[in-house]
Amino acid sequence: MQTFQMVGISLFFSVIIGLPMGVLLVMTRPGRIGSNPFLYQTLNLIINTIRSIPFIILLFFILPFTKWVVGTTIGVKGVIVPLVVYTAPYIARLMEQALFEVDRGVIEAYEAMGIRTRDIIWHVMIREARPSIVLGLTIATIGLIGATAMAGLVGGGGLGDLAYRFGHLRYEAEVMYVTVLLLILLVQGLQVLGNRLADRLKKDS
Amino acid sequence: MMIRLENVSKTFVTKMGRVDALKNVSLELKKGEIFGVIGYSGAGKSTLIRCINLLERPTSGRVVWNGVDLSTLSPRQLRETRRKIGMIFQGFHLLKTATVYENMAIPLKLSGVPKEKIRERVEKYLAVVGLEDKRDDYPGQLSGGQKQRVAIARALAHEPEVLLCDEATSALDPETTDAILELLLKINEEFGITMLLITHEMNVIQKVCDRVAVMEKGQIVESGPVLQIFTSPAHETTRRFVNSLFQIALPRSLSRRDDSGRLVTLFVPSSVGETFWTQISRRFDVLPRLLSGGILHLKGQTLGRWVVHFTGEEEEVNKALLFLQDQGVRIEGVMLHAERNRQIS
Ligand SMILES: Nc1ncnc2c1ncn2[C@@H]1O[C@H](COP(=O)(O)OP(=O)(O)OP(=O)(O)O)[C@@H](O)[C@H]1O
Ligand SMILES: [Mg+2]
Repeated sequence: MQTFQMVGISLFFSVIIGLPMGVLLVMTRPGRIGSNPFLYQTLNLIINTIRSIPFIILLFFILPFTKWVVGTTIGVKGVIVPLVVYTAPYIARLMEQALFEVDRGVIEAYEAMGIRTRDIIWHVMIREARPSIVLGLTIATIGLIGATAMAGLVGGGGLGDLAYRFGHLRYEAEVMYVTVLLLILLVQGLQVLGNRLADRLKKDS
Repeated sequence: MMIRLENVSKTFVTKMGRVDALKNVSLELKKGEIFGVIGYSGAGKSTLIRCINLLERPTSGRVVWNGVDLSTLSPRQLRETRRKIGMIFQGFHLLKTATVYENMAIPLKLSGVPKEKIRERVEKYLAVVGLEDKRDDYPGQLSGGQKQRVAIARALAHEPEVLLCDEATSALDPETTDAILELLLKINEEFGITMLLITHEMNVIQKVCDRVAVMEKGQIVESGPVLQIFTSPAHETTRRFVNSLFQIALPRSLSRRDDSGRLVTLFVPSSVGETFWTQISRRFDVLPRLLSGGILHLKGQTLGRWVVHFTGEEEEVNKALLFLQDQGVRIEGVMLHAERNRQIS
């Protein structure tokens, strides 16, 4: 189904962009290992700016950018760019929060053992934050599914498109109901899965 | 001598203003010794210990490790040096999502220790701390004392030359504290690892340290061999720490006896021997009466502290006290002022 395809691909790129941004946000924070107030504030500004634009507006606002990146503004390809632009900063924030919660003492203990910063990021921060990262990604994915529905407007296909064409344009209520039901099941399932995985990773007690 | 701090100062600049956490601190760690630093909260102890492995960069002054100024090292050289300086903390600082085994193995792997060796070392040092049966447990399943043992094993697995302990027993109950202190002593003796131990509890100093420094407001106000500091504390703060160990509450009614005879506190190191007590009454025409006191067991020696009331001719009492002094007993007068009394108790 197109919805899964869109969610999957955009989630992939959003994580690729969002996770490093989250790491950067935590590391450059004043008082942290790589403290860099300028970079930190700049990143913050960019993220806040994008996050303040609703997806439906962002979708049209960055049309030229979308065209420049993938050469088209319609179809699955055309919708992935705005989805990533929309989701990556959100993921960056969620990752920042997850990584920020990692005990600074542990990070310091690893510094004191002469471990390289990049190893600390990967083997301490990200490792310890895995449960929160999984929960964050679950939330992000659910948000992404919502945004995907709107992608129907630019011919992205998927559930939103279905509901719009059959439910709204043709007044076939059943299609609408089925779509809504499917969405509910999808989101429920995802959340349960996310929670389970996070619990598995948690290990404390 | 392996670590030397030369006039180390550290000033934190915060929104609230400047904090001089360390002011011109100089200190030397000798190979194989256990050196204690004691001070009240906020004295700058953690800042001091963190300056040693440059977790905190001194604002001025030098940290010299085996003749090398640490601030001149490249990041890579600094990492290599840090591996020789183990550190344990009040909060243990273990990975929650890793087993005991992984908690020890991961840092070794990241330090480039070959695979075959990792297994060998983890097993060796888990046995040293007595946790072989917990290797697959997660920290959440362990008690505080066991977590600290894992942290100690993790530090030892790097086979360091020095172990820095920042309030390593402060989160533990008295019995567990004793067990951890025993373990540290054993490690010091067996592997010859030099230790710098930071604490706000005098009994920690008493049980394991060879030398001690007392810190207050970012400065070392007094330092020396433990017995000397315990016998003749010079600084007010040192006295308070030493007194915290002796539960000598001298009721005011007792001090009134002073109008006839003399009330004194005797500090009696184990070197004095046990016979001095009987010798006094035999040699001099005095009647010593023991009012209060106790014996402290220091590392490898004991220190008695007794509050004694002497009755007899003034001259005889003076002779007896002089005799005691010659034997190596330190004598401190007990005055009647309420203030002085409080210090004693
Ligand atoms: N990173 C920092 N930024 C600003 N001030 C700091 C920082 N670290 C320590 N200080 C200040 O330096 C002083 C000494 O702190 P330090 O942690 O060394 O004390 P301590 O003796 O270890 O106390 P405690 O027994 O409570 O751990 C305190 O006034 C503290 O507020
Ligand atoms: Mg401290």
